[in-house]
Amino acid sequence: MEHIRTPKVENVRLLDRSSGQRKASIGILYLSATHTIFVENNPETRKETWVLHSMVSSVERPPTIPTGSQLILRCKDFRVFQILIPQERDCLDVHTSLVRLSRPEKYSELYCLSFNPNVNKVEREESWNFIDLMDDYKRMGVPNNLWVSTAANSEYRVCDTYPSELFVPKSATPAVIVGSSRFRSRGRFPALSYFHQDTLAAVCRCSQPLSGFSGRCQEDEMMLQVMMKSNPGSDYIYVVDTRPKLNAMANRAAGKGYENEDHYTNIKLQFIGIENIHVMRSSQQKIIDVGEMRFPSMTDFLYGLENSGWLKHIKAVLDAGLFIARAVADEGVSVLVHCSDGWDRTAQACSVASILLDPYYRSIKGLMVLIERDWVSFGHKFSHRYAHLDGDPKEVSPVIDQFLECVWQLSEQFPCAFEFNERFLIAMHTHIYSCQYGTFLGNCQKERRDMRLHERSHSVWPQLWKDRAEYTNPLYKAEQSQSQDVLRPNTTPYCFKMWKGLYNHVAKSTPPRQSPADFLSAVMEESHQLEEELTNQQEVPPGGTAHHHLGSRQEDSSTDREANHVGEDHGSEEED
Amino acid sequence: MEFSEHIKTANVEDVVLRQTLHPPSRGTLCVTGHHLLFSDREEGSCRQVLLLLRNIDAIEKRISGSSGTISIKCKDLRVLHLDIPGMEQCLNIARSIETLSCLEAVSEMYPFFYRPSNASLQDQWGLSSPEKHYSQMTELHDRWRLSTVNRHYSVCPSYPPAVIVPKNIDDAMLEKIAKFRQRGRFPVLCYYHRKNGMVIMSSSQPLTGANRKRCMEDEFLLQAVIDGSDKGYIIDTRSSQQALQARITGGGFESKSGYSSWKRLHRQMERGKALQESLIKLVEACGDESHNMDRWLSKLENSKWLSHVQTALSTAGLLAECVERDGHSVLVHGSEGTDSTLLISTLAQLIMDPCCRTLEGFLALLEREWVQAGHPFQQRCSHSAYSHARLQQESPVFLLLLDCVWQLWRQFPLALGFSEALLLRLATEAYASNYGTFLCNNQQERCVLRVKENTRCLFQALLRPRERDGYSNPLYEPTELAIWPSVHPQSLQLWRGFFLRWTPQARHLEEAQEEIRNMIIEWGKLALS
Repeated sequence: MEHIRTPKVENVRLLDRSSGQRKASIGILYLSATHTIFVENNPETRKETWVLHSMVSSVERPPTIPTGSQLILRCKDFRVFQILIPQERDCLDVHTSLVRLSRPEKYSELYCLSFNPNVNKVEREESWNFIDLMDDYKRMGVPNNLWVSTAANSEYRVCDTYPSELFVPKSATPAVIVGSSRFRSRGRFPALSYFHQDTLAAVCRCSQPLSGFSGRCQEDEMMLQVMMKSNPGSDYIYVVDTRPKLNAMANRAAGKGYENEDHYTNIKLQFIGIENIHVMRSSQQKIIDVGEMRFPSMTDFLYGLENSGWLKHIKAVLDAGLFIARAVADEGVSVLVHCSDGWDRTAQACSVASILLDPYYRSIKGLMVLIERDWVSFGHKFSHRYAHLDGDPKEVSPVIDQFLECVWQLSEQFPCAFEFNERFLIAMHTHIYSCQYGTFLGNCQKERRDMRLHERSHSVWPQLWKDRAEYTNPLYKAEQSQSQDVLRPNTTPYCFKMWKGLYNHVAKSTPPRQSPADFLSAVMEESHQLEEELTNQQEVPPGGTAHHHLGSRQEDSSTDREANHVGEDHGSEEED
Repeated sequence: MEFSEHIKTANVEDVVLRQTLHPPSRGTLCVTGHHLLFSDREEGSCRQVLLLLRNIDAIEKRISGSSGTISIKCKDLRVLHLDIPGMEQCLNIARSIETLSCLEAVSEMYPFFYRPSNASLQDQWGLSSPEKHYSQMTELHDRWRLSTVNRHYSVCPSYPPAVIVPKNIDDAMLEKIAKFRQRGRFPVLCYYHRKNGMVIMSSSQPLTGANRKRCMEDEFLLQAVIDGSDKGYIIDTRSSQQALQARITGGGFESKSGYSSWKRLHRQMERGKALQESLIKLVEACGDESHNMDRWLSKLENSKWLSHVQTALSTAGLLAECVERDGHSVLVHGSEGTDSTLLISTLAQLIMDPCCRTLEGFLALLEREWVQAGHPFQQRCSHSAYSHARLQQESPVFLLLLDCVWQLWRQFPLALGFSEALLLRLATEAYASNYGTFLCNNQQERCVLRVKENTRCLFQALLRPRERDGYSNPLYEPTELAIWPSVHPQSLQLWRGFFLRWTPQARHLEEAQEEIRNMIIEWGKLALS
């Protein structure tokens, strides 16, 4: 609380720019330890706007104007609020407070460690058991006679950013593991990400080898050899380096690099060319700017889209996943994936591949499991990438945003293949940034353990599961071929479009619109009820199950009414 | 003319057909006067492809050794490859296709030969007529009348024989006004807004010329339109610069001095050749195989097609706003009044009028505003995006309309009673059809060729019980409200269903539509039981 200089300011004007609101509403602004709260004066609505401090990505203070001082709040979920405060002194106070509050310096300042949903200790502990990764490995048939669990990393002895429980090829001895780990950036040795039961091929992940120009390591070469041997159907493996080849080559000068095909027998090296986190950070900023353009022409928009490079990057990530999925499913060849440290591009490529390969990960629970495995447990640096704490801005990058967007692009191409809808992906995005729950806190498993997060915060998964009705795609049919098969998306550029739902909130803020998904959900629910009533005997009087409740949803039949609407200016072009 | 004189080789065996989404198949190829027929001869398969020659936009032939390949590019954007053994046979087939696919004489086209068993020529032709339309709209009768001044197509060849005009304007005045408007297209009523009694009129440009000629009758007619109201709007689909320039060639616009109660709004809409070139560029971009995102986005931008969609929808929105929100009547015209004028008037009606959003209502709207109002289908749709022929009067205005309607449909998936399948069918039929509906350029030409008596009507066919299901929107829930489209670039999308129709991706989207249909049927059954 010591950071709050002025807890309450009256006569404040707030404009929710991202929702397309035109006229600012007047009300009272409160600052609490966790939220900025705005309450409208209008006695009829008293609308409240809550913005979590940890969701604020920047607070700008444009020059003062005659009516007061302004603040612009940009949020990590791409909402933008414009605030006008009558007194400059108040504005300065609010600004200083918000700047400090939105950049917590210690984990203990974070919301999830003060957030206390109404559950007891038992429930909290249970919440952490909701997702059990070992169950998932069992589901994919691991351990088996090819892949076994290793205790090498218990107590995080070999690699402190890896989980303690890992699966490796059966004949990988502890010596091989430790040796290989010494030859890999940050000790991230090759470990199993996904095992494909149909072909017995596997997806493994690691970091780049410390090969420099000519270095080699017997154990590491052995490691790849045993990985190949763990797939009886193939006599080579793919090594997918997800970086552009030039970047990988440049790394050699720093004593890192990529596998030399002369040293490793039976590997095929493949570069994919996903750019690094810095390129992605600036690309996303550009696409956010495109989303914020007020009245762009089609040319401005398409030029902005092209210039941002964003869709190009999304395509690269999807292409990486597709390459791996094809190798595993069509060729039956195992794939080892890495980038530099093996926690950003590698996580993207592996998790996209899993989504394509295994229908389970296209279910609501499955996506949670996948994120828990390839991202949370394998040490994706959530706190650094999503700026949970005030830190190095160069560490920030929308890595998981890109994964979620790949899933969204896929769901646009395969509308019946995913159990969840767009809302689920956006909710996930919000939780990753908001720190309302402990799930995404920290940068690796060890850090989370040391923080005793399981005792001090809650897991987000049970909460999302509880709300699953809201996140269900009515078109999903588990038994359908589109849902069951390996997905083979078309990655021609015309298949990609801007994810309006994430980057532009305008559409979301309009009142109940024409949404086929909501309509169908209602239809499904009702069909379900009707079925039940039918089976529960003919207690219902004939015609008593009318479907009236579906009607009258079209209260305002307009999309994006405010933004760029037709004919605002009744042309002043008249000439004579 | 005998078609047979153009067919040197009628049958070829052992032809291989290659097409996306299908494995190659081997079979017999047949050329007839109007069709290309391929039938698969392989065991366990009975695939047949029947293609109207009229649908073929361009062919390319490659001869190598003793065989050749003909690539057929269709107006519905489908591409087929035929590997034909025998160089001479290949050349013969190619020559037949080249000649028969662009026959000039309308009376030799397939609709005059099409005789399906399930319909007879005595069936009703068309859905409505101006007479019927007028008699149904009783609220009009106070101030508007049905004029038959054009019964012999002598006043305006591209208008139907009966049109709706203000009551106090007699036929003699109409004849004078027709002389003052390009090609005689004097202002007529196209839409009456029941909620407030305002109307949409359409016409062609006034022939004021460089010396600013005036026509009292024309001014009088427009005054009669806004009788009792303070003003009206004229939406000119050209820029003010273009309108000024039109005076040099004898055209022009309504000047302030002659039409003091009318406020002119200029919205420049692309037309003619530029639109056709835009389509060609877009289709070319969709076929780009470089897999390069930057290139795709820049080609998409460069084609300008989506900009045209945006302009059309926003101008239609402006028109609807004048009528529905401002409560004023509007006259729409560009130069000829047969293209962009019809485009925005049709879209505005869809935005405002729930009656136009049902399957029947929409088809009736197209019949009224496009077929009867004289959109020159034959000239505009004689070639599509692949043709190498020199462009003449081709312009995909109707396709642009369908694209805009699709954007509306996508933004309001519950408000329109018809499906995407209908729009796709119409897009195909406008270019090549078994039916007579889109033949010729106007009613007069259709009358001369006795199209009504000798061909079948597409609109009637689409409404037959069996077809109807596929063309209805299972999610349809009528709303009385206007549906205001967003014209923000992010809200407008490439019409994948049409432009990428023959890519594998389309299949999954169709599956989804099928799923929606099934769910609604299931729900309907349960609700009834």
